Amino acid sequence: MPLKRYSVFAVAREALRFHTGWERAWRSPEPKKKYDVVIVGAGGHGLATAYWLGKNHGIRNVAVIEKGWLGGGNTGRNTTIIRSNYLQDPSAAIYEKSRSLYETMSQDVNYNIMFSPRGVMMLAQTQHEVRGFQRTAHANALQGVATEYVGPDRVKELCPIINIDGPRYPVLGALWQARGGTARHDAVAWGYARACSDMGMDIIQQCEVTAIRRENGKVAGVSTTKGEIDCAKLGIVVAGHSGVLAEMAGFRLPLESVALQALVSEPIKPCMDVVVMANTVHGYMSQSDKGEMVIGGGADGYNNYTQRGSFHHIEETVRALIETFPMISRLKMLRQWGGIVDMTGDRSPIISKTPLENCFVNCGWGTGGFKAIPGSGWAMAELMAQGEPGPLAAAFTMNRFREGRFIDESVAAGVAH
Amino acid sequence: MLTLTCPCCNIACDETELHPGGQAHVSRAGPDSGDDAFEQYLFLRKNPRGVHFERWRHAMGCGKWFHAARCTVTLEVFGTYSAQTLEPPQDILDAIAARRPDWQGFA
Repeated sequence: MPLKRYSVFAVAREALRFHTGWERAWRSPEPKKKYDVVIVGAGGHGLATAYWLGKNHGIRNVAVIEKGWLGGGNTGRNTTIIRSNYLQDPSAAIYEKSRSLYETMSQDVNYNIMFSPRGVMMLAQTQHEVRGFQRTAHANALQGVATEYVGPDRVKELCPIINIDGPRYPVLGALWQARGGTARHDAVAWGYARACSDMGMDIIQQCEVTAIRRENGKVAGVSTTKGEIDCAKLGIVVAGHSGVLAEMAGFRLPLESVALQALVSEPIKPCMDVVVMANTVHGYMSQSDKGEMVIGGGADGYNNYTQRGSFHHIEETVRALIETFPMISRLKMLRQWGGIVDMTGDRSPIISKTPLENCFVNCGWGTGGFKAIPGSGWAMAELMAQGEPGPLAAAFTMNRFREGRFIDESVAAGVAH
Repeated sequence: MLTLTCPCCNIACDETELHPGGQAHVSRAGPDSGDDAFEQYLFLRKNPRGVHFERWRHAMGCGKWFHAARCTVTLEVFGTYSAQTLEPPQDILDAIAARRPDWQGFA
């Protein structure tokens, strides 16, 4: 039975009957014996893949299975920044597709994801960064991504709380993407989950994959803590644990899992209506709708699956941000957490066929996956439905390292992004 | 905070004193190797959920490289040892086997 639509009329109707008529946002069925497509991982990327499989390709006999709870991995742990100002063409294409899909997502899935295109500013604090961002702005112009390089006066105008005359790293300019912004991260997962459930797909939480069954070099199904599930096609979309799933499927992925942390301050009155990223000093900050300052920094340097990172990274991030925003120096920090991110050698993702036939991976988003959720799902759905990558995913194969065709955003960004 | 004992100078170091160097015991592909071997050598790192062998450098101390055996799930350290070896020494393997009876062994 299709779910009731959310609308202003629904709110009015429920107000009149003491909110007794709201139904659960999505169904939680027991798994069936067999599906056309099984997607492992009900985070943003996995759910977006399922959503576009149904929406663009008419494949609706789909299960999305999740070890923990829906959106409880990196989807619930990021700093919600959305931007597409990448240097390399394949990156700009997929991130810009994603950003543009975010603009209409609330209407598409009938769920308010609170997309806020408030603008993203990446500070240039060294001469090297000035030249780098000017180059990126030119590249973006060619790619059709609206960005501009702005000087320090404009930076101060856009974000008055910035100290542009810092002693170590004065602000020399910034790469400004006015259409970038933030969105409510949980709502992205919940909105896709609801839309998938509405299309008849099964979202199965608390269901861990323990083995991937293979027959004659093809995928046959998965063994889970809720029993055996057969599938014709399998999508592995599990971010930090991609390496573990790949091992079950019998191949190795060119990525390593490390911890990336974020933290939020106590809520304060509105003081900052843009997202600011300071890559040289390694910190980024925005203000949530609740008033908390949302802060992210660098990733740890060693392999880790614990979902908590090293304290000294927080210290470095906060130190850098206090220098950039002196007014936050007396804020108390409320919460800190970590997520396990899967880093590739060129800091670009993998959306690819694998050595196991009918098994596909979408991983390697590293420190910047949230912004890519709708576009990543779009490209992954195309790959899974057709068996071959479409134009968005074509460059992101897992074999690109062997073939030397890197999409080198690590050099382009010079920093985790 | 992660604490490793540098086997070169026998000092217990906080991780702020150290620099991580990635997977240990990676053997270099020779000039006649094919693409597969080079991919293996350059990009396909082990990424285990569990026992892992790593290179670390005592950057803010003696400056020497050494190896550590560590669990990536609990951050437990099984031991550190000299970098001048192609595979982990027996006492490290024994220490891991004692703590992780199900461990498949170094391969």
